[in-house]
Amino acid sequence: MATTETFYEVMRRQGITRRSFLKFCSLTATALGLEPVFASRIAQAMETKPRTPVLWLHGLECTCCSESFIRSAHPLVSDVVLSMISLDYDDTIMVSAGHQAEAILEDVRTKYKGNYILAVEGNPPLNQDGMSCIIGGRPFVEQLKEVAADCKAVISWGSCASWGCVQAAHPNPTQATPVHKVITDKPIIKVPGCPPIAEVMTGVITYMLTFDRIPELDRQGRPKMFYGQRIHDKCYRRPHFDAGQFVEDWDDEGARKGYCLYKMGCKGPTTYNACSTVRWNNGVSFPIQSGHGCIGCSEDGFWDKGSFYHHVTNTHGFGIEANADKVGIAAAGTVGAAITAHAAASAIQRIKQRSGEHHEENDKA
Amino acid sequence: MYSGVPTVKRTAVYVYQTPVRIWHWVNALSITVLAISGYLIAHPLPSLPGEASDHYLMGTIRFFHFVAAYTFMVGFLFRIYWAFVGNSYSHQLFTLPFWRRRFWSELLHELRWYAFLEKEPRKYVGHNPLAHLFMVIIITVGGLVMIVTGMALYSEQTGLGSWQDELFGWVIPMVGQSQDVRMWHHWGMWVLVIFVMLHVYTAIREDIMSRQSLISTMVSGWRMFKDDRP
Ligand code: HEM
Ligand code: HEM
Ligand code: SF4
Ligand code: SF4
Repeated sequence: MATTETFYEVMRRQGITRRSFLKFCSLTATALGLEPVFASRIAQAMETKPRTPVLWLHGLECTCCSESFIRSAHPLVSDVVLSMISLDYDDTIMVSAGHQAEAILEDVRTKYKGNYILAVEGNPPLNQDGMSCIIGGRPFVEQLKEVAADCKAVISWGSCASWGCVQAAHPNPTQATPVHKVITDKPIIKVPGCPPIAEVMTGVITYMLTFDRIPELDRQGRPKMFYGQRIHDKCYRRPHFDAGQFVEDWDDEGARKGYCLYKMGCKGPTTYNACSTVRWNNGVSFPIQSGHGCIGCSEDGFWDKGSFYHHVTNTHGFGIEANADKVGIAAAGTVGAAITAHAAASAIQRIKQRSGEHHEENDKA
Repeated sequence: MYSGVPTVKRTAVYVYQTPVRIWHWVNALSITVLAISGYLIAHPLPSLPGEASDHYLMGTIRFFHFVAAYTFMVGFLFRIYWAFVGNSYSHQLFTLPFWRRRFWSELLHELRWYAFLEKEPRKYVGHNPLAHLFMVIIITVGGLVMIVTGMALYSEQTGLGSWQDELFGWVIPMVGQSQDVRMWHHWGMWVLVIFVMLHVYTAIREDIMSRQSLISTMVSGWRMFKDDRP
């Protein structure tokens, strides 16, 4: 019976050798920053534990998360992880289609009630009765709520599921809404980024499947092991920041020398992600290494925060948009001018009063 | 002609106790350093040439900001303490007589005085109501906002689990995200800068124009009145 099949058995059935399996276990332990002994613990868990199915739903999104995921650094990792999860439901990459595919959802829901993981890529739009995203003839939000009702936990892939992302940009006509605002009664693990880094995604999912628990999360619900520090905290250009060496123009000497991109609007100091350590495309590079500042793609609201190329960005609030420095300098200038005028008026009045007093004194005398 | 014999008698009251006076000038200095270094954090000085290991300019500016920040915060805590143990003028900074009608009528009078609509200002032993209102809003509330947002930003570098994070880390998701906290902290600087401009101007002006001493009061603690009329 399917329920008693272990991860290991599934992998073997998929043609993965024992040798590759063990390699995968040690790679995973390393990626998660665990001690070497954990490799054998992972192996043991996967050999004995019944497989936890993963359902992967797609809402309003661009599929960049899936694209990132299938490019995990080590081909083995994506092979193994995909074989662990694509068996069930992922409407973009699974084999089955139509009614047959939708039937899988129902099947897993009943067979593994309370025991499967729901991974969501994209988010549900709520306006117009959810019509802006239709899956299998029905609004995505309905599918999401149904499947979430019986799951163990939800993984919010990417900035769409975690925060809303560009489809939620002001004024958000479809009311694209992040998953945690729709599903409120399940543990939610946010893995933000546009897209998230492949190794971060596989790391999170493997951790959850092998250890059968949720990784430690920060206040915003992101796994601490990957989102515990800012880009800026581990950026290799940080010594230039501390020294005061900045790129001031895209084609200046500083740009050629690889100085810090702070003045070009780098959002590394306000962005929590693993890019500066894990990097992208098999660890080849990441935006800052290629000479462009971080745009803060894993942060809430990054799409609505104004320029990617300025440090002091516009603030929205009370229905207006304003730049702190422009308003501040204008206000300080106005107040300065007002003080000067007031001081002059005060001086004139005092002179007038003084001469008045003198006349009075002279009159009395 | 002046005869050399004083024609007006001067009375004096001891208003600002030594710790308040010391706090005032330390606070003024730390806010000045915070505003300048803060502005330079947002808009760093022109890029330096050579090797990164040759310089530590940004690091030094940030260090000044943090030293001044801790001075400001310790001072703030001390000032709260002193409001409990000091004289009756020492808790003005943390209390507004919001329900007292006289406060509002005097406030109006003070505004009219600045608008040249009153010939003579009133006398106040403590703060005049306008100054009082600004001090509470800008220094007490504004100072608290700067401390809370500043410590939240500081907790980002001390890291998850540090005491700064435990105490102030919640501010970041409450405000939105890190970038929002920075921008509100940045707005706060301008609010304080404008307060200081007005404060210093009015202190000098009133020292000359009003019927009482101000600047020397913040130096010696004694409020001198220039006449004996009520
Ligand atoms: C960063 C600059 C400054 C800040 C933040 C500041 C803040 C304050 C605060 C909070 C008080 C109330 C004290 C209390 O009740 O405990 C005060 C009072 C006072 N400050 Fe300042 N101050 C600054 C600079 C100055 C300067 C440069 C002068 C002198 C020109 C000055 C003159 C005074 C005077 C005369 C008072 C007493 C007002 C009164 O008698 O009612 N301050 N200041
Ligand atoms: C009360 C007066 C203060 C003023 C006027 C002030 C001003 C500023 C300004 C303008 C910035 C730059 C923001 C930006 O990047 O746009 C800044 C950054 C910062 N401030 Fe303050 N600040 C004050 C108090 C504090 C306090 C009490 C703390 C507490 C530790 C603090 C901690 C910080 C930190 C950590 C940063 C970020 C520095 C970095 O990441 O490089 N500030 N401040
Ligand atoms: S390039 Fe960006 S992340 Fe790197 S040190 Fe400079 S500001 Fe920080
Ligand atoms: S460097 Fe910044 S913008 Fe680029 S991928 Fe990483 S978090 Fe996103």
